[in-house]
Amino acid sequence: MSDDAPTWPAELYEMLRRHNIRQVCHVPDAGHAELIDRCEADNEINVTTLTSEEEGVGLLAGAWLGGQRGVLLMQSSGVGNTINALALPNICKMPFVTIVSMRGEWGEFVPWQVPMGQATPAVLEAMGLIVYRADKPEEAADSVDAAFKIAYDSGKSVAVLLSQKLIGAKDFRAK
Amino acid sequence: MALHRREVISELLRDRPDDLLVVAGLGTASSDVASVEDHPGNFYVGGVMGQSPAIALGLALTQPERRVLLVTGDGDMLMGLGTLASIADQGPRNLGIVVMDNESYGETGGQKTATRGRVDLAAIAAGCGFGQTAVATTAKQAQAVYEMALSAPGPVFGVIKVAMESVPRVMGRPRDGGYLKDRFRENLLGYTQEPL
Amino acid sequence: MPVGNGKIDRTALTQALLRDRADDLLVVGGLGSATYDLMAEGPSPRNFCLWGAMGQAAVIGLGLALAQPEKRVLVMTGDGEMLMGLGALATVADQAPCNLGILVMDNGLYAETGRQPTATAGLADLAKVAEGAGFRAAMTIASTDEFDAARDMLLGRNGPVLVVAKVAVQDYGPPADPATRDGPQQANRFRVDLLGEYDAMIRID
Repeated sequence: MSDDAPTWPAELYEMLRRHNIRQVCHVPDAGHAELIDRCEADNEINVTTLTSEEEGVGLLAGAWLGGQRGVLLMQSSGVGNTINALALPNICKMPFVTIVSMRGEWGEFVPWQVPMGQATPAVLEAMGLIVYRADKPEEAADSVDAAFKIAYDSGKSVAVLLSQKLIGAKDFRAK
Repeated sequence: MALHRREVISELLRDRPDDLLVVAGLGTASSDVASVEDHPGNFYVGGVMGQSPAIALGLALTQPERRVLLVTGDGDMLMGLGTLASIADQGPRNLGIVVMDNESYGETGGQKTATRGRVDLAAIAAGCGFGQTAVATTAKQAQAVYEMALSAPGPVFGVIKVAMESVPRVMGRPRDGGYLKDRFRENLLGYTQEPL
Repeated sequence: MPVGNGKIDRTALTQALLRDRADDLLVVGGLGSATYDLMAEGPSPRNFCLWGAMGQAAVIGLGLALAQPEKRVLVMTGDGEMLMGLGALATVADQAPCNLGILVMDNGLYAETGRQPTATAGLADLAKVAEGAGFRAAMTIASTDEFDAARDMLLGRNGPVLVVAKVAVQDYGPPADPATRDGPQQANRFRVDLLGEYDAMIRID
């Protein structure tokens, strides 16, 4: 890894460890790639690759019933797939944490990403989630820390949005 | 000796009949289809992962005289898996599906998909009620999939195992969804300002 | 007038599966008829009954099976519910928990909404789909004679397995345990019974 590689993915991984996260499920996204790799390399964490994001909501509900903590990693486009499933943690007052890598909000190149990216915070709030946002690298780990605390200490559903400004927008012109 | 997706797509769309309609799934599949020719009968799905099989179904149902070909990747197909049951239930005889299966999420870092493990998409399609399905790992088998996808009574479902490799992104195609929709409809239905 | 996909009496099948129920068996009921079937056998803190979140039963069972590898997890659901979460079969097979069994009560229709036919009334065969997804085993049963085989498969430790039971359409009276509609109460009872009150409700990680 080069010296100028961002350190926030490693910090998020440390936060997962600190909060005893045992189940990580995801539909992959480039913004989550390093975190996913670190989790895959950790024998204490089981990683499930989902065919669609809504499966992660039920999987984490089942894991919570079974006594383990988890987190769902997804891209903002996947938020739309989870909506009805989010009734489950909401109505059962189960803790739920998702970390969302944002597309469609900051210098987006692909028009198709824009509608869901723009709607993501409103849609999550409409389903009763607390929404945190990290715009700068130094905010990422703190936001995830706070999300795990309010979810697992206070029984809430929380989404942490990692802004496209933080992750860096794809620009195909650069290639 | 894995197959290369750009060779697969150029074989699949070689001597393309002019009335063929192609729906291309998001990401590399759209790039693949465009790499042969930016044909107005192509509809590139630029997002909405998991929706391309349903888009192809809707098109096939409304255009029963035209052959509809869906070309997509394994990640997109897995996200829309339930749609295979809906397609088989509707049974459009003019629909062929080809999944370019690199067993990876190629756009996001090459993470493995479920097809790298035990999942057999063709067997799932057969279980959903597709009459004819096939998996190709060799050029010869792929040839049979092309013929099936383009001409066998549908709905038919073929998986072509391709290498996980980085291919050039094809930029020579419109990205504006509104324009693509208009170009596709005008090519298919003619220019009209009449409402449907 | 649709008459359903089979002849099996779903109450009798539920009773056959839950007879002499082992202490380590955790059961998830999918919304609608499957949850009614499960509740009819009486309340248990080791049942988790869904009244919504259609399509989620199998993945809830997956998460539970992964978190509790020493326990046995049975998901009972319907064909409409399973079809809505079909991709979950691939995810389950990929994770391959040996302690998970899924029973699909297949009546071939959306019984709750006016008995419209589902895809299994036509060509879709969920056992074949599960095999294609990579389940260790799958079978379809159509008669009482096959209850024992279904029970052995679902309650063994050779999962993930899926059994499709071709069941008759059934009318239900009032739910036997309507308190399960209270999600937090049900989830907390389940966790306290399974994990103990200290781990479930008191311990701070």
